[in-house]
Amino acid sequence: MITLEAYFDYVILPILSISVMLVFIRLFKGPAIVDRVVALDLVITIGIGIITVYSIRSNQEVFLDVAIILALIAFLGTVAFAYYIEKQKDD
Amino acid sequence: MIEIVLAILSTVGALSILFASIGILRMPDFYLRLSVTVKASTLGVGLLLICAAVMFPDVSVTTKAIAIIFFLIITAPIGAHMIGRAAYFTGTPLWKGTIIDELAGMYNDETHELESEESDTDDDREDDAPNIAKTDEETE
Repeated sequence: MITLEAYFDYVILPILSISVMLVFIRLFKGPAIVDRVVALDLVITIGIGIITVYSIRSNQEVFLDVAIILALIAFLGTVAFAYYIEKQKDD
Repeated sequence: MIEIVLAILSTVGALSILFASIGILRMPDFYLRLSVTVKASTLGVGLLLICAAVMFPDVSVTTKAIAIIFFLIITAPIGAHMIGRAAYFTGTPLWKGTIIDELAGMYNDETHELESEESDTDDDREDDAPNIAKTDEETE
């Protein structure tokens, strides 16, 4: 019988790590700057998921506060990048 | 019993995040990549947070998880819309198999406002052609 802890350790976290690696390929490759912005946003979103799983595994609910701040920073970063990329075209 | 529910929730969440990252790597076009990524990753992280909310027997954790899910669902479409709009203005080409671009010529070039009819200025008619890529290398 597989325990839930082993399932989180050996299935869920490796899947999320592989996802981050795949997104990093796009982050380095991306032809336009908007591709990189979207890839960075996705990296941070997957990071929120990894923090959540880690807080379940280590039984520390305090880590969810970090996830809140990270979600806020990801949104602000995406909006700021979009704003300045659009402004850059006007000049 | 509760462990089976947790296993199902976390599996579906992790798999949809994996599909989002495969999509951002394999899709041929920026707009298709954006469309795949935002929805699938929001669903995946939301399911993992529901998993945490079920796991901890505490009201404060449930409140925090619901707050993060609410914030993600509110902000992800706004960010995606803004970055897609910025990409369209900076001339990111569409995939070469694109059939129709209904936004072509509908934006006012100075004010960036969307209009319901094409503007009648004939001097920049060639700018109104949809920006569709000729080859796969332009978008990939």
